[in-house]
Amino acid sequence: MNATAAPAVFAPWTEPDAVPLIHLNGVTKEFGSFTAIDNIELEIFPREFFALLGPSGCGKTTIMRMLAGFEDPTRGTITIDGKNMAGVPANKRAVNMMFQSYALFPHLTVADNLAFGLKRSPMPKSEIKGRVDEMLRLVQLTKFASRKPHQLSGGQRQRVALARALAKAPKLLLLDEPLGALDKKLRQETQFELMDIQEKTGTTFVIVTHDQEEAMTVASRIAVMDEGRLKQVATPDRIYESPNSVYVADFIGDVNIIEGSVSLVDGEKAELQWAEGARPIRAMSGQGISPSDRAAFVVRPEKVAIATTEPSDMHNRVQGTVEDIAYLGNMSTYHVRLADGTLVKAQAANNRRISRRGITWYDTVWLSWTDTAGLILSN
Amino acid sequence: MRRFTWFNTISLTLGFAFLYIPILILVIYSFNASKLVTVWAGFSTQWYGELLRNEAFLDAAWVTLKVAVISSTIATVLGTMAAFVLVRSGRFFGRTLFSGMIYAPLVMPEVITGLSLLLLFIAIGLERGVFTIVLAHATFSMCYVSVVVSSRMASFDESLEEAAYDLGCTGWDAFKSVTLPIIAPAVISGWLLAFTLSLDDLVIASFTSGPSSTTLPIKIYSSVRLGVSPEINALSTIIIGLVTVGVLVASVTSKRAIALQRQQERNAGS
Repeated sequence: MNATAAPAVFAPWTEPDAVPLIHLNGVTKEFGSFTAIDNIELEIFPREFFALLGPSGCGKTTIMRMLAGFEDPTRGTITIDGKNMAGVPANKRAVNMMFQSYALFPHLTVADNLAFGLKRSPMPKSEIKGRVDEMLRLVQLTKFASRKPHQLSGGQRQRVALARALAKAPKLLLLDEPLGALDKKLRQETQFELMDIQEKTGTTFVIVTHDQEEAMTVASRIAVMDEGRLKQVATPDRIYESPNSVYVADFIGDVNIIEGSVSLVDGEKAELQWAEGARPIRAMSGQGISPSDRAAFVVRPEKVAIATTEPSDMHNRVQGTVEDIAYLGNMSTYHVRLADGTLVKAQAANNRRISRRGITWYDTVWLSWTDTAGLILSN
Repeated sequence: MRRFTWFNTISLTLGFAFLYIPILILVIYSFNASKLVTVWAGFSTQWYGELLRNEAFLDAAWVTLKVAVISSTIATVLGTMAAFVLVRSGRFFGRTLFSGMIYAPLVMPEVITGLSLLLLFIAIGLERGVFTIVLAHATFSMCYVSVVVSSRMASFDESLEEAAYDLGCTGWDAFKSVTLPIIAPAVISGWLLAFTLSLDDLVIASFTSGPSSTTLPIKIYSSVRLGVSPEINALSTIIIGLVTVGVLVASVTSKRAIALQRQQERNAGS
């Protein structure tokens, strides 16, 4: 390791004088009486790989379509690269989109699909072929230049769609569920390919997805959405480790939720009274909770330890019965029923052979977690 | 595997015989040497030669062809536009009325359509001729085009058009370079349908034609009333030949287009 030049971490959102590429200022979109997007404030910076994540109908696609120019906001302004986009149609924006259905033109060859946008740009005719070849190389489809889309596999078509959207070197590339149509293995390979291409071209990517794993893998920042609102905008690790609401915690990954009332708030620490006669749970305090509030304790299953003997050195420890064991190969998830009926999941790595595993169905076990493992969030 | 039983074979033979024996007889008698239609006097192609020298028939054929080409082209343009509005505009004020009015000529008796057009042309003082037949044919065949094209439009992936806009197309450019090439098979079959309808229309043409513009069906009909001549047989044989070729071409192209579309959908699904 070279000690003199530590690589700068890419985090423009932490720099006060960084200039955002996209600025959504109080954007609201209504379809009749239905509010699809409710007063959203969002900044996306150049070279970011930004993910809009949420269940279907949360408004993520509407945001994307407004950035592309297919929809106009009812209220508020969208600024891209310093220019107000109000009234600028889709064909006049330095924004390109990769469609969920790929929308490849079936009557044109791969090369003609890639040249389609270039022919409608100021690029001189003589340079178009060179640019098309460059894009074909980027997505490794040089051999398929003269094929029609229906002669390609799903993965190849996905790459043609990506290359076509990138051909005009847009300032912003929008990807609508780009990997939704691929099978799991191909999807994982393609995620890394996408990140690679994003880095190579230096384009700002905004991806819309409902797959939290995909968002976690590719994105520099994630916006978790629900019912037209942004629930949390943060880096993947912040979203996972310190969600700001039960909704976000529950949406991203697996989580245990124990409800109760706040009994103590002391700076970053808080305690939650969750069952009659049980010891309060000690955890990190989330934003905006105060004593006697209804609140929920959230903790990831992998942060809950499982043991057959009482870990008396831990404050947070509860006893229960193993109800179910989900064997996932590299790890197992234990579903443990506590005395008051709450179900808590604990995950443990299977670093021993299955025959040596000490815990089985209907065993009485102890679950424990550290004081900083979970969060107490307002409900 | 199903086999041809004697019952199936007989049914098929009877069905085809019922449909095609009259036509076959007509074709055979067009090569008759005799002037009498019902007496066979040896093979001859003289009636075809005579037909080519009959100016009245040739004129009528030329008028018919002209009317069919022009009217089916107008009908295709208007019908495609109507299909676009019906499929794309969603719900707008008067949509039900509009679609009802487009499809009305499908069920309207031809006599009524012809008569009302005749009254219109008289009322506005339009002299009847090729132009009025073209207008009349375009009017009634437009709905057929619209039906064919709108069924294709309904399955058209609109994101293709959005992709075209996204890549810098204006509205017209997107239609011309993306939408039209994709729906072309439907537009072409619509045109062929309109062409065929115009080619064999007798009723509407007889209401809207003038003295100077007789179409072939009118000519045939009026000369048959004076007795069937072998020339008519020869002419009919030529028309049957042309229509058969047209139908074959249309069905082969549309079958290919459908097969291609199926293949694309299969690939898209995989």
